[in-house]
Amino acid sequence: MCGIAGLYTKTPEMRERLGTELAGMIEQLAIRGPDSAGVAVYRDPAPVGACKLSLHSAAPAPDWEGLAAELERAFGPGGAPRVRASHAVFTVATDAELAQAWLAEHHPELTLMSAGQAIEIFKEAGPPADFVERFEIAGLVGSHALSHTRMATESRVTTEHSHPFSTGLDLCLVHNGSLSNHNRLRRVLTREGVRFRTDCDSEVAAGYLTWRMREGASLEQALEHCLQDLDGFYTFAVGTREGFAVLRDPIACKPAVMAETDEWVAIASEYRAIAGLPGAADADTWEPEPGRVYSWGTALVA
Amino acid sequence: MAETLSSTLTFDLAAEGVRELNRMLHDPQLIAPTPQPARLTVLNPGGKHAIAVGIDGPWEVEIDGHVGYYCAGMNQHATVRIRGNCGVGVAENMMSGQVIVEGSASQAAGATARGGLLVICGDASARCGISLKGADIVVRGSVGHMSAFMAQKGALVVCGDAGDALGDSLYEARLYVRGKVAGLGADCIEKEMRAEHLVQVSGLLGAAGFEDLDPADFRRYGSARRLYNFHVDNAGSY
Repeated sequence: MCGIAGLYTKTPEMRERLGTELAGMIEQLAIRGPDSAGVAVYRDPAPVGACKLSLHSAAPAPDWEGLAAELERAFGPGGAPRVRASHAVFTVATDAELAQAWLAEHHPELTLMSAGQAIEIFKEAGPPADFVERFEIAGLVGSHALSHTRMATESRVTTEHSHPFSTGLDLCLVHNGSLSNHNRLRRVLTREGVRFRTDCDSEVAAGYLTWRMREGASLEQALEHCLQDLDGFYTFAVGTREGFAVLRDPIACKPAVMAETDEWVAIASEYRAIAGLPGAADADTWEPEPGRVYSWGTALVA
Repeated sequence: MAETLSSTLTFDLAAEGVRELNRMLHDPQLIAPTPQPARLTVLNPGGKHAIAVGIDGPWEVEIDGHVGYYCAGMNQHATVRIRGNCGVGVAENMMSGQVIVEGSASQAAGATARGGLLVICGDASARCGISLKGADIVVRGSVGHMSAFMAQKGALVVCGDAGDALGDSLYEARLYVRGKVAGLGADCIEKEMRAEHLVQVSGLLGAAGFEDLDPADFRRYGSARRLYNFHVDNAGSY
């Protein structure tokens, strides 16, 4: 069991309240996933020609200012790091591929959580309530966000095993369920050049989407391929720069409920995570059908 | 604590917990000894789980909003009306009484229910009436895949469409569908609508308040009875 909650805002007022509402949703789903929690938020896009990296350090007092100075020497001024608990978000004055390559060469001890124009990923092992407080989730302002509370069934409880998983630039995946064929699929994808950091089954789903889209599939096509190639139970939510997409396995083993008003669109594992949103009682509320891709924003643009 | 509002009690789930609510519904002192049922309105359900479960008395409960999992489970004698949608397993293992959902229901509505009537005014998703053991379920909208899976006794009346694998591994429950059936499950076949079946559908539509529908528009599905007594010729179907 895990919990998924996502919120897409349609008004400036809701953008301001994104973090507050998301924190409330995570709180409701903490009981579904008491091991770890994570958030992917889309906000403050980097200027054209620059990119944003979310980094995690296991060190007790990482030298983020020093890293910012190194990045400035390598690529020019990018701005001060925005530190959030064990993570920091950097704007780097180069494209994401170059920035990632530089980071892998010069700072292999840091974990890259996300890269892109707008995405920021924060995640950590530990009780979701602690995560929400330490990472000041309620203060987040942005266009949309996905969150996850984890109850591990297939692999260990660590920050790296937590969700969301980055699946490419400005893309991420959260998963409720378990996959049966992830070991075989991981071997196939590794041969295709996809790199994995953990033995987590959900990371294989993320890697699978990355690979499909690298091979030219749109996000919608990549998700539809999941129906054939992934064996197991899943409700997936995929974040994109413009919005998010949702897919449930064909027999609907894992729950999901969606709701929409003029102000927001929400997905959650259980309705109670949506119940606290403004206007929820009168929202259009439905259960997504199994095996069908749903999307918000222009999430499925290739 | 519940407040008396004329003859109806109210209970606010924003102020008190589900345990307190259910404890109150289980209190024999509050179950009216008179022919009049005890009435209760539940406010602010907020999608909470296990609301109004295990009632064993002639309560009339109205829940004003959407509920979470297993609402009105194990119900006996009570009438529970949900003015909203409900999560997984509404009225599961109901023994008697009535549960009415004014919105839509998630998966496994009425699972293993042994008696009483479950009415869903919207749609029900997958596995509606799974392992049904004698209750009747009337769904105004459509039902999802694998509905009435291994249903043993009782009836499922679907006024809309049914998803894939309807009645898979069915025993003796009767299934009636007014719209399209995406596919029948193993050992489920269409059967003739005889007079007794029209009477049954008419009665259930009436009980559900759907008298506007014509029982003659429904088709009946049931067990071919080839599967539930193991026969080696059927090995490929198991």
